[in-house]
Amino acid sequence: MKRIYVNEKWCLGCHLCEYYCAFANSGQDDMAKALKDVVIHPRIRIEEQDNISFAVNCRHCEEPLCVKGCISGALSVQDGLILIDPDKCVSCYTCVLSCPYGAIMPSEAGAIQKCELCTKNGRGQPACVEGCPNMAIVFEER
Amino acid sequence: MHYVIIGNSTAAVGCIEGIRQADRAGRITVIAAEPWHTYSRPLISYLLQGKVNEEQMKYRPDDFYRANGCETLLGHGVEAIDPAAKKLRLRGGRVVAYDRLLAATGSRPWTPPLEGLDSVPHKFTFMSLDDAHALAAALEPGGKRVFILGAGLIGLKCAEGLSGRVQSLTVADLAPRILPSILDEEGSAIVREHIEARGVVFHLGQSVARFDGNKAVLTSGATVEFDLLVLAVGVRPNTDLVREAGGRVERGIVTDARGQTTLPDVYSAGDCVESWDITAGESRVLAVLPGAYRQGECAGLNMAGGDKEIKDAFPLNAIGFFGLHLVTAGSYAGEDYMRRSGQNYKRLVYADDRLKGFILIGAVERSGIYAALIRRQTPLSSIDFELIKEKPQLMAFSRQERARQLGGRV
Repeated sequence: MKRIYVNEKWCLGCHLCEYYCAFANSGQDDMAKALKDVVIHPRIRIEEQDNISFAVNCRHCEEPLCVKGCISGALSVQDGLILIDPDKCVSCYTCVLSCPYGAIMPSEAGAIQKCELCTKNGRGQPACVEGCPNMAIVFEER
Repeated sequence: MHYVIIGNSTAAVGCIEGIRQADRAGRITVIAAEPWHTYSRPLISYLLQGKVNEEQMKYRPDDFYRANGCETLLGHGVEAIDPAAKKLRLRGGRVVAYDRLLAATGSRPWTPPLEGLDSVPHKFTFMSLDDAHALAAALEPGGKRVFILGAGLIGLKCAEGLSGRVQSLTVADLAPRILPSILDEEGSAIVREHIEARGVVFHLGQSVARFDGNKAVLTSGATVEFDLLVLAVGVRPNTDLVREAGGRVERGIVTDARGQTTLPDVYSAGDCVESWDITAGESRVLAVLPGAYRQGECAGLNMAGGDKEIKDAFPLNAIGFFGLHLVTAGSYAGEDYMRRSGQNYKRLVYADDRLKGFILIGAVERSGIYAALIRRQTPLSSIDFELIKEKPQLMAFSRQERARQLGGRV
């Protein structure tokens, strides 16, 4: 399965991936309107310190502890992709406590949110990858 | 091959999904005393609260059994296991033969002997969908005073579920603090104040000396008058079936790391088993949902001929009360790192160069990074512990380790 891989050597720390993610999941078609004066809640997040920066998002693990631990059945694996059904999520945050990458987080709407590789927002390809100017985030089979 | 599963909750579902990873063809029969489609037990408090309906409580979709080729005997209790003949006897006399069996028998409410308990007209437990329905029905026509005995996870989730639907909520516990199994004193005080602000009255460090109808006299001499009593003192693993069949039982059903009991072809998983807690260094009944799923799945894989072991078990709890979230993990004997700011509380406990446990209240973001340190028993000397103490982050790992985690196969 194609996954997102991050190479911190190439990360500029520009945070564009976060903006592209927030835009892709905003439900709007104008990036400026979607993001202007808005506190964004992207599903991919940059960690940075000194000269090091890198993006972190869901790795779509083959043994997903988040799915196995989900108390309501809101998280599921479909063809290798880990999906969240916000309607079933009760925000217990067991998945937050289970994810070794810290890649699942509370959403503004109440349920948890996570990267679903832009499969539900009509983009087709992960927006963070398209938006990364330095190929520090790639979407490929390894 | 005929796989038979006693139980229809988390461990049972894990087992079905485990079996089907290895064997698409074998016959699976699920037998459970409850007649319902598999549902999430912890969601009964959300049902009471009106946050979910029964559709949303389904732990797996409607077509789950069909999609996984399972026959179901729901509403059928099991009376005995005959491990020599490899047969089960159901209530009513029906006999079911198995090749491999999973006993996912769960746990049941436990209440100590209490003087006058028989005189209480309306008393409830809070572990099953039936319990939730019975309690919900008793709330009508409203204005009820509810007394909950037990300030653990079950009692307090019940209190949250009832809040706003009753006239008063009073909770008593013999322990001097709430959530004594997962919180320390300071953390417990933060959560207690938060719950008290919603009108719940606590009597801690006290038991019930006697009941007299709708009145409880506490050991302190205080009295609590109530209309409905919820008994949430504790739970006990359902070990009788396996014990009576000759399987070894200590605190819970004893299994090996593969999930097999001491009986041939009989496996067990979930709240009825004890498992080795890597943080406490002893076998305990962990009784947490993520553990139940993993044990069930592991047993299922092995029942289908696989060779999987679980050697990284420890308690993990994520829970919230009235919007205040908390997560806890492991055990709390060792050196401490503590930080508190308002309702946000963090305690990390470490010993022998390993993280052993933690409590986070309020800010719980990325706490899975801490849990992974426990699960993988990462030497703290191999990471930037000072940095990760401040907040969970992958920056604290070496560049090489990050490359593996974010750029490698997972």
